[in-house]
Amino acid sequence: MSAQAAAEVEKEKDQETEKALLDVVGDQYLTFRLAEEDYGIDILRVQEIRGWDEVTRLPNAPEYVRGVVNIRGTIVPVYDLRLKFSMPFREYTKNTVVIVIRTETLKGSKSVGVVVDAVADVLHGHLIDITQSPDFGHEQMTEAISGLATFQDKMVVLLDVDKLVKDDADEVSEDEEVTEE
Amino acid sequence: MSIDMAQFHQVFFEESFEGLDIMESGLLGMQPGEVDSEEINAIFRAAHSIKGGAGTFGFTDISSFTHIMETLLDEMRDGRRDVTAEAVEALLKSVDILRHMMTATQDGDDIDLDVVKIQQAELERILASDGSGAAGQESGSSASDEGTASTGEEIIGWKIVFNPHDTILRSGNDPYRIIRELSELGETEVNCDTDQLPDLKDFDVESYHLSWDIRLNAAVEQQAINEIFDWVEDECDMAIVPITDGAPSAQAAAPHPEEVKKPEAVATETTAAPSAKSAAAKPAANKTAAKAGGAKGGAKSGGGSIRVDTAKIDSLINMVGELVITQSMLGMLGEDFDMSRVEKLNEGLGQLERHTRELQESVMQIRMLPISFTFSRFPRLVHDLSTKMGKKIELEMIGEETEVDKTVIEKIGDPLVHLVRNSLDHGIEMPEDRVAAGKSETGKIQLIASHKGGNIVIEIRDDGKGLDRDRILSKAIEKGVISDAGNLSDKQIYELIFEAGFSTAEQISDVSGRGVGMDVVRRNINELGGGIEIESDPGKGSAIIIRLPLTLAILDGQSIKVGDETYIVPLVSIVESIQCKPDMLNKVAGKGETFKLREAYLPIIRMHEVFGVENPISTDITEGLLVVVEGDGQRCGLFVDELLGQHQVVIKSLETNYKKVDGTSGATILGDGSVALILDIPDLMRLARRHQPIQFLKSA
Repeated sequence: MSAQAAAEVEKEKDQETEKALLDVVGDQYLTFRLAEEDYGIDILRVQEIRGWDEVTRLPNAPEYVRGVVNIRGTIVPVYDLRLKFSMPFREYTKNTVVIVIRTETLKGSKSVGVVVDAVADVLHGHLIDITQSPDFGHEQMTEAISGLATFQDKMVVLLDVDKLVKDDADEVSEDEEVTEE
Repeated sequence: MSIDMAQFHQVFFEESFEGLDIMESGLLGMQPGEVDSEEINAIFRAAHSIKGGAGTFGFTDISSFTHIMETLLDEMRDGRRDVTAEAVEALLKSVDILRHMMTATQDGDDIDLDVVKIQQAELERILASDGSGAAGQESGSSASDEGTASTGEEIIGWKIVFNPHDTILRSGNDPYRIIRELSELGETEVNCDTDQLPDLKDFDVESYHLSWDIRLNAAVEQQAINEIFDWVEDECDMAIVPITDGAPSAQAAAPHPEEVKKPEAVATETTAAPSAKSAAAKPAANKTAAKAGGAKGGAKSGGGSIRVDTAKIDSLINMVGELVITQSMLGMLGEDFDMSRVEKLNEGLGQLERHTRELQESVMQIRMLPISFTFSRFPRLVHDLSTKMGKKIELEMIGEETEVDKTVIEKIGDPLVHLVRNSLDHGIEMPEDRVAAGKSETGKIQLIASHKGGNIVIEIRDDGKGLDRDRILSKAIEKGVISDAGNLSDKQIYELIFEAGFSTAEQISDVSGRGVGMDVVRRNINELGGGIEIESDPGKGSAIIIRLPLTLAILDGQSIKVGDETYIVPLVSIVESIQCKPDMLNKVAGKGETFKLREAYLPIIRMHEVFGVENPISTDITEGLLVVVEGDGQRCGLFVDELLGQHQVVIKSLETNYKKVDGTSGATILGDGSVALILDIPDLMRLARRHQPIQFLKSA
């Protein structure tokens, strides 16, 4: 799906009829691809979808934090989900998109952009079976996964966006006393 | 017709809190025996508006309490009553209680009615007492109308406020037994207050919810009453006030007939002040103050509204008008544009720029408030603490009208309180030590605010004993803040007190010395984009100097380039920029780099190393540029590739959506829409110190 089509997805989201639709079909998930895998996030948390644009690097940040961008006057950090999940880095292409999502943290609501290979589809909750995810042993990943869904014989990993960025947003910057000796 | 009154509550509370501040500062300024009618008038007016407002909104507790204060003030205002130290103290306490009541009402909490009642009784006692005689013989006290005859009056009875705690029954005491015993002493009038009684479903038979107002019409010794209460002293709040036979003053003290109707208002009863300082009333009063203090500390901060001078709004509207005219002019120009009108276009754009800048300045002005909003709490703080510690301290405030950003007002309060407390506690010596050191008995603390360059400078100066260099040093080594004294300058040693986990106080007092503090103070000030410095002259005093940017929303910045990244350095931090020559460079321990600038060796921070910038243009110091910057009183050279332009930048927070990034104070959006980080020089220096510890220990 191209960036243009992605914008349409977003437009559709904004439509007033959406609420009424929701009552009929239940939850909706925006799915996207990372490597050969499919992931889904709650569509109501998606603020917008944009193409990859140059970011301003943040010094001494973890590798998956690509930097910050200006989205209509607010500064929003951009995470690379591949790197976040310890997958190999892939050069950004014209299909690479940044999904801007709204997360709820202890300090209130924050926006972050996540880089994914491509957006795929919108899943309706009533069409899929959601099962509990097994324990992968990888703590950070297990925590961020809210369930596994099967759609057209493919597995879709549903992510909990709040948990996804939790430790970055809530972490208090370490004080100097730790390292100043 | 029903109007939702709640929408006006916020305004009422804001105005009332302001009124309380006025009352507090007025009361602190009042000297016993000296009547400044202007001052009393101001206090009276404040009390009056609070009463009126509270009445309108149906906060009857507040309005009836304020009413008594107002009556007392009214008498002072008319000269019918002398201003005594006792009355001022009681009024100050009442202000605290009123603040507690207001905060509780605002937050929807319960008002601690016991405390209110006790203070009310105290006020009534003063009110009922003879105005001129009570406080001793001040010179020039105008004999008040109600006569001095009352001093010799006989006690004809007692008024007792008895508020058992709700746990009293569990200790096996029975309040009724006490009332029965009281009635054995003579005729009693007993009023029961059932306000605290819970609903039947919440009723707990083991809790006690009643409070009592007892009037004992018998001329018994106070001792006899005290004996009855002996067993329950710790289980209740109570006050025992004598009633004397004083009809004349009763008329004077009760100009408002409605007071007589209220069971708790005892304005018709005259009491003699000296004898009223009963053993029972005193601890109760102390408790009152303590409770009110606690309530104050826990007060939540209110909503985010701001009061703006109408003149500022008017100028803003003017500016917007101009802007609209310019816009329409440019619009017309654009409709049929050809190259012959380029000059006109440029002129229009110039005008647009001018108006935009003016508009920006006016909008910024709205956020500016005089620093007296912060300073106003200090007279009370100093008054209370100095009394508590037995020190004599005079507080002088200079430059209260200096305007600072609203955010600064909100955030600087707590650090300042901490610093002033420190000066009071550690700085100023006890009166006898001061005399021994050849200084005047009264210590002096100055709070000075001023504009210097693009900064606001707030200084806290005291003429106390100054900082103890050796003790700081030994403490720092003991705590592992530094490994050895090295060749640290005095100033650097003083700055050690800002390190985390550092406190020299051997005795931890409740005023200061818990060892959390100065590092938090510094962090708060750094968060505001400012810096803190310390000066000390042993035996003569010390000074803490805080520098803050004028506004937090916009700053003048110099953009610099490192590799292909752009950063903004606040212009106020920049001293100069130089091109380094090889003979200026030195190394310490083979790696710590310094350069010599006019007899001083300054450390070098390589931006590309500290920030991990890939492919910098130059790694050789002599090829790039050194920007000499200053922060927290230290200087160093920032090694960068290139200087770009200077411009005003709008500060955007990184913490809104991310978290604080070490070495930066935020970000801004450049003309091309991209983001650039703004450097926080003091923070950057600390970051660099972690990268290259040797460099900073041995030089600077």
